[in-house]
Amino acid sequence: MKRLRAWGWRLAGLFTNNRRERELADEIESHLQMHIDDNLRSGMTPEQARRNAILKLGGIESTKEAYRDGSTIPFLENLLQDVRYAVRQLRKNPGFTCTAIFMLALGICASVAIFAFVDAALIKPLPYPDPTRLVGVTERSAMFPRANLSYPDYLDWKRFNKVFNSLDVYAGTGYMLSTPAGTEVVPGERVSAGFFRTLGITPVLGRSFYSGEDLPGAPNTLMLSYDTWQKRYGGSKDVIGQTVRLSGVPYGIAGVLPRDFQFAPRGRAEFWTVFHASGECDLRRSCHDLDGIARLKDGVSVQTALADMTSIAQQLEKQYPGSNRGQSANVLPLSETIIGNIRPILLVLLGGAGLLLLIACVNVASLLLVRAESRTREMAVRTALGASRTRLIRQFVTEGVVLVTSGSVLGLIAAKWAMQLLVTLIPVDMMTRMPYLHGLGLNIRVLTFACAISLLAAVLFSVTPALRLSLSEMRVGLTEGSRGSAGNTWRRLGSKLVVLELAVAMVLLVGAGLLGQSLYRLLRVDLGFQPDYLAKVEVAAVGPRYAKDEQTVTLGRQIVSRVSTLPGVKSVGITSLLPVNFNGNTDWIRFVGRPYNGEHNEVNQRDVSAGYLTTLRAKLLRGRYFTDAEDTSKPKVVIINQALARKYFPGADPIGKQFGNDDLSPKSIKTIVGIVDDIKEGPLDSDIWPAVYYPFNQSPDSSFSLVVRTSQVPQSVLPALTGAVHQIDPGVGTYGEATISGNINDSPSAYLHRSSAWLVGGFAALALLLSLVGLYGVVAYSVSQRTREIGVRMALGAERGAVYRLILKEAGWLAIFGIILGVVSSLTAATLMQKLLFGVRSWDVPTLIAVAALLSISALLASYIPARRAASVNPVQALRAE
Amino acid sequence: MGEKTDVWQGTLALMVLKTIETLGPLHGYGIARRIEQTSGNLLSLNYGTLYPALLKLEQEGAIASEWGVSDNNRKAKFYRLTRAGRKQLAKEAQDWAQATEILARFLSPTEDPA
Repeated sequence: MKRLRAWGWRLAGLFTNNRRERELADEIESHLQMHIDDNLRSGMTPEQARRNAILKLGGIESTKEAYRDGSTIPFLENLLQDVRYAVRQLRKNPGFTCTAIFMLALGICASVAIFAFVDAALIKPLPYPDPTRLVGVTERSAMFPRANLSYPDYLDWKRFNKVFNSLDVYAGTGYMLSTPAGTEVVPGERVSAGFFRTLGITPVLGRSFYSGEDLPGAPNTLMLSYDTWQKRYGGSKDVIGQTVRLSGVPYGIAGVLPRDFQFAPRGRAEFWTVFHASGECDLRRSCHDLDGIARLKDGVSVQTALADMTSIAQQLEKQYPGSNRGQSANVLPLSETIIGNIRPILLVLLGGAGLLLLIACVNVASLLLVRAESRTREMAVRTALGASRTRLIRQFVTEGVVLVTSGSVLGLIAAKWAMQLLVTLIPVDMMTRMPYLHGLGLNIRVLTFACAISLLAAVLFSVTPALRLSLSEMRVGLTEGSRGSAGNTWRRLGSKLVVLELAVAMVLLVGAGLLGQSLYRLLRVDLGFQPDYLAKVEVAAVGPRYAKDEQTVTLGRQIVSRVSTLPGVKSVGITSLLPVNFNGNTDWIRFVGRPYNGEHNEVNQRDVSAGYLTTLRAKLLRGRYFTDAEDTSKPKVVIINQALARKYFPGADPIGKQFGNDDLSPKSIKTIVGIVDDIKEGPLDSDIWPAVYYPFNQSPDSSFSLVVRTSQVPQSVLPALTGAVHQIDPGVGTYGEATISGNINDSPSAYLHRSSAWLVGGFAALALLLSLVGLYGVVAYSVSQRTREIGVRMALGAERGAVYRLILKEAGWLAIFGIILGVVSSLTAATLMQKLLFGVRSWDVPTLIAVAALLSISALLASYIPARRAASVNPVQALRAE
Repeated sequence: MGEKTDVWQGTLALMVLKTIETLGPLHGYGIARRIEQTSGNLLSLNYGTLYPALLKLEQEGAIASEWGVSDNNRKAKFYRLTRAGRKQLAKEAQDWAQATEILARFLSPTEDPA
């Protein structure tokens, strides 16, 4: 305690030095005066009295010295002195200092910002207790590695499994909510009763669902999300027990979820209702609409769980071959199911940022090396004056640390800003599926990372010039001074560094080139329809008024006829699911008159109105479109896509052929009336699946998308669209007004490709710039060191052209080595990011050639300036200058 | 700074504390003179060494300082004992007495108990 207090004083002493010094001087002065007074009284002469007093004190300066040592911390005092000196040195050379700090800040900003994303997505554990025990449980089929569960399968899996403490399911849905502003479609989630207990979430208000609350006959209850509680109920505590009508069905409010509760697969859900099997789909074993989560029993691994579930699935396959054939199981860590798709992108980005940081560090290190070179003399003089080697090294270390500290602070500030910018660039829709990004910021892990890289950089920057400081050379430094051949060390080491920089820049450029090409191809992928001038709105028609299919069909017809009269609308269509969305919502089909082995033919199913395909401007290859008159009163018809025709009717004409469901029940038999060119139903980077288009009037859906082709900018009709739907029935919900091309642009695959292409492109551009600065630095320094040599050569008759060649050859070799090393490394790097590429191979020769050419030309330009300077040397001056 | 000085400073601190306790608030010069006198001039004190010792005591909170005016009207820094200093003095004085007593027993010629 006492010691602590003393250290506190001393620490304070560092900053109150001047005042303390003055006070000490005063005190000693008063001491001497009193002593002198006494001496005078005892009869000494004034001189004697003063001399005696000073002697007795033991010298004024040494007293002060002893006092000073005690009043501060000598080591820190020295350190402060070093820092002051370092800052002075750095200020003396603002060009170097600013460049170095700027480069460092850039590298640190990029890597810290990207690391923050990596941390938020990949490192930070999921916000549930014991998250590593949570797994995502789904079925697995030939087409879907992660296929939805059917409710009957779920019940069996729950009953028979021996590996889970609990197994629960969730299913996304939308509810119609009557609000003062009109009917609103709100996102909801149906979850089994144990869902929140499995996650380990306890409500902030009210209770969680009772177990068994999801059994038939139990009352309808729900949990509110925290935001919904605040927004719709003003955060009132009385909500518990109140009743909400969702899509006309009353639900009792059981509880409110915590504010920080998040569930990435369903970010926006406002109402979490308890799952009650209802409707045709829930009770049918072949209708898959659920996702599962489970908590593993202690000691059970994911593999064990997967094996257990697979064997149960096999059991069910035998028991229910009709519905379960080919339906296996899939168990993955929950974190994997949430962030599995963005991991490769984040890792590539982190790699890119790391490479940029590497280039920045190498550049700064080589700048420091040049400086150390030109300071050989200063160091030699300081050594001669008695500075110890450690003291000199400490000087370099201090300078390195000062540089890195300023660079890191700037870099961190920039990183914070960059993170916010990057988050705002994420489309809102995607953000709701990435709730883990909400906590993005400079948390302890990110700061640790920043400290670690700063420390590494500081070590690098202290070691580089210190290495230069070998004792023997120091003595040489004095004698040799700045004479011609100094700087050999630098040229050797520096040129190696430049080769490294060029290679790294090449890797980034190739990466950017490949990602850029992927993006280009992705955005120009053949969609099978014309996405411009298309606007859409989602329509939800649920509740008692639309209990019967005919009612929905009537609504669809009304909407189409009313909307097509709107000004600016050329044609109108309805579909159950818009294109460029996902491959899914499938149907199993069985062809009439062909042997059937029980294997499911899984095809995309879309229910579309008569005008839909023409509105999209899809190409009809054969046959005809539907007519509006084709409803349940007419024979069932279907249009297939080319992929289906190619897969199931190779070399035959499908028109007029028939298929039905697995047991070919008469009601399900449909006749093929048309073949349409493949429409991209899945994400931009997905394959085309076989697809069937059923007439909406024969297979209506309670929620559907309304698409219109406009004659003017599609945004302009959006308000009128919603208005027209509500004129027909204000109780119909609408949401998601957008243009189709905007939708495609914001789709996850486009966004992920675009963001990675732009970010890596940005990193590559910076890397190119930095490495060229590095190359320029090396060549310019080499020229400045060889001025004398060049003067001699020219005096001996060398032509200017020969001098150009001399310098450019040096730069050329560096560039060639850099590019060769770069080609090899970029092939490796490109293989690693194979997953992110679309429509382009990792060893794309044109990209490699283009990047190599770009790099060579830039390198030539960067070295041309110093070469010109070398060639314009006046030999007489060059020889005399030294 | 070797061990010797540490020991020396330790005893010096004790002397300083005792002096201030006896005479009340006092300036550095006065303390130095008093220590010299009390030791019967056996101790040749380099006055300069007193100031680091005073600083250390002040840093540790055993004494506090204040500018004032001396008997013969000179401006001087006066040191006074704090409560912590008083405690420290009592403890160290006791320790010291014990130590000297033990040493004295060792060193004084005693009858062999056997």
